[in-house]
Amino acid sequence: MRTILFLLRKEFRQIFRNVTILRLILILPVMQLVILPNAANFEVKNITVCIVDHDHSVGSQRLVTSITASGYFKLAHVTPSYHDAMALIEADKADLILEIPQGFDRALIRDNKQTLFIAVNAINGVKANLGAAYLNTIITQYNAQLRSQWIQPARFGPVSRIEIAALNKYNPYLSYKVYMVPGILAFLVTMVAAYLSALNIVKEKESGTIEQINVTPIRKYQFILGKMIPFWVLGLVVFTIGMLVMRLVYGIVPEGSVLLLYSFAVVYIFSVLGMGLLVSTYAETQQQAMFVAFFFIMIFIMMGGLFTSTDSMPAWAQMITRFNPVRYFIEVMRMVVIRGSTFDDIKYHFLTVFGMGIFLNGWAVLNYRKTS
Amino acid sequence: MNQLLSFVRKEFLHVLRDRKTLLILFGLPIVQILLFGFALTNEVRNANIAIIDDAHDVASRKIIGMVSASGSFRVREVQGGHASIEELFRNSGVKLIVLFPANFNNDLMHTQHARVQIIADASDPNTASTLTTYVSAIIADYQKSTVQSTALPFAINTQVRMLYNPQLKGAPNFVPGVMALVLMLVCVMMTSIAIVREKELGTMEILLVSPFRPILVIVAKVVPYLLLSLVNVATILVLSTYVLDLPVQGSVLLLFGVSTIFILTSLALGLLISTITNSQQSAMLFSMMGMLLPTIMFSGFMFPIENMPIPLQVISNVVPARWYYTIVKAVMIKGLGITSIWRELLVLVGMTVVLVVISVRKFKVRLA
Repeated sequence: MRTILFLLRKEFRQIFRNVTILRLILILPVMQLVILPNAANFEVKNITVCIVDHDHSVGSQRLVTSITASGYFKLAHVTPSYHDAMALIEADKADLILEIPQGFDRALIRDNKQTLFIAVNAINGVKANLGAAYLNTIITQYNAQLRSQWIQPARFGPVSRIEIAALNKYNPYLSYKVYMVPGILAFLVTMVAAYLSALNIVKEKESGTIEQINVTPIRKYQFILGKMIPFWVLGLVVFTIGMLVMRLVYGIVPEGSVLLLYSFAVVYIFSVLGMGLLVSTYAETQQQAMFVAFFFIMIFIMMGGLFTSTDSMPAWAQMITRFNPVRYFIEVMRMVVIRGSTFDDIKYHFLTVFGMGIFLNGWAVLNYRKTS
Repeated sequence: MNQLLSFVRKEFLHVLRDRKTLLILFGLPIVQILLFGFALTNEVRNANIAIIDDAHDVASRKIIGMVSASGSFRVREVQGGHASIEELFRNSGVKLIVLFPANFNNDLMHTQHARVQIIADASDPNTASTLTTYVSAIIADYQKSTVQSTALPFAINTQVRMLYNPQLKGAPNFVPGVMALVLMLVCVMMTSIAIVREKELGTMEILLVSPFRPILVIVAKVVPYLLLSLVNVATILVLSTYVLDLPVQGSVLLLFGVSTIFILTSLALGLLISTITNSQQSAMLFSMMGMLLPTIMFSGFMFPIENMPIPLQVISNVVPARWYYTIVKAVMIKGLGITSIWRELLVLVGMTVVLVVISVRKFKVRLA
């Protein structure tokens, strides 16, 4: 026990002496947490539409007005030809083209039906789909309006109507910040813990000081614990600052228990540190450790459900996400903060992450050799 | 010139001898393009939907059938009782609940007015609003089918064409994004770390006292990484053409030219970071912790830039990956030529020049 205390004193002293690193660890995450969630908004709005009006009739004008008045669309241009409109799509100045054929207004009365052409920039499939759907809805409404004007209402029987009452639970205003802030916080804590621990042992290897420790009677587990505990504390400090930012800057108060969040964070940081230390025992240089850590962090962030939902992934990719500790932390943060989940709801997460922690740390201790 | 060549050779040997790093540098783009190209999508798929049917009549059964048949969700019927709604959201991963009240069809037929309730788990606003839209559309379809027997006059139809990506796959959006992300971060990290490493180990001192000009020391360091990154670009393009079925629509040569400029921008950024840090740890914190999330979020492939508040839109302009992402989308997916991308290209060139000038100014010939 005394040995560990001495080791801890050494490690803490090293951390506090390197003011640059300490500042980076504390400032970078806070800055990102304050700025980035504001940029995260999936909502499909500001769809720019370009209209090719070959008709120039009263009817086509009214259609254009009802589209721009809907609030979903910004009118980019009214161009004379499809070719010009296409140029706007290519330059990313428009998302969507609506082409009104010549004689649209008159032919509608004569033939009883008319077809409009819509072309959508579908590189972002979701935006394209929703944009087309919104436009279709507006055209249908315009159509219904026309009918009710042109036809005597008496010709219609009363049309039955299904009213849809939609309710958004947990996040009634559909605020993205409520969703993103806990997730981004989880990820920032992960980065701090993973990078620092991945670099730590290997740094001693590179500068040769590890030899000095290897010749002392310090046991392997003591050494690993001595490396781990300071980062554990640092990780929790970053987490605490993040929780404060969440409360003070975004006004998000966790629905569930803060104590529960902290206990999960403790277990989670333990397993992330295990991963970092494991990388550190394998790598020979800091450079190697960094690239390995970078490799995993990239996969963790993309497969962690932070930005795109893991449920939408193909089955094999969902399997991979099960081995991703970040996924569990992001889920738990969101569940407890937004939905107020209790220990009972997240016990599976607890167990999995704890299991990962035991496995990774055990491996790291076994893999750390005092002889080279 | 000869001197420079031998320096470049030295750097190449450095890079090539470190097998583990090399493996990661080449493996990383391969794994990530494949993984993300197939796995990432903004679409909402396989979401769990629970239906509480208190009506059990023709209309409700028909709508439930239509929802199940759409194939976009996993539909599950549960027995009523409003107390269980909370339970459903919390324990069984249900994202949306559709409630049919008793006498649904009866109300619809006789009072011409019936209600359906949709309750979404809005902790994820994107999923919530998308699912609500889907289900509402299905109910509207059902309604239309009941009145369809009498064809409506003056019908305006629409014909929709999806340009560039008719199957609405995720890859055309994500591949250019991941490409920008991987190239940028790898280049920034490699240069900043390689230079700071020499400082830390003390070998920089030796290089600087040699008769070789300091600026050439830097140039020699950057050359291997430039070539290595170009190999990565080639790998990514081959994979995306043959495995992800996403060929380069425009000129491959142009794409390589643009990528070279982007790689240079990233290398210059790495250079700048190396001049303001003096340990590998802080160089890495800057280039990874400082840049990973901002690059993902401000390049526009995850979140549309036009949705951001104005100050953040301004910030996004200084992220090189944003410009490169736009260019790759234009050349690779839309098949456009240089005339449509010269502005973005100019921005990248400008950034490179500015970054190089600042780093050369800051570069200290004497290490304190």
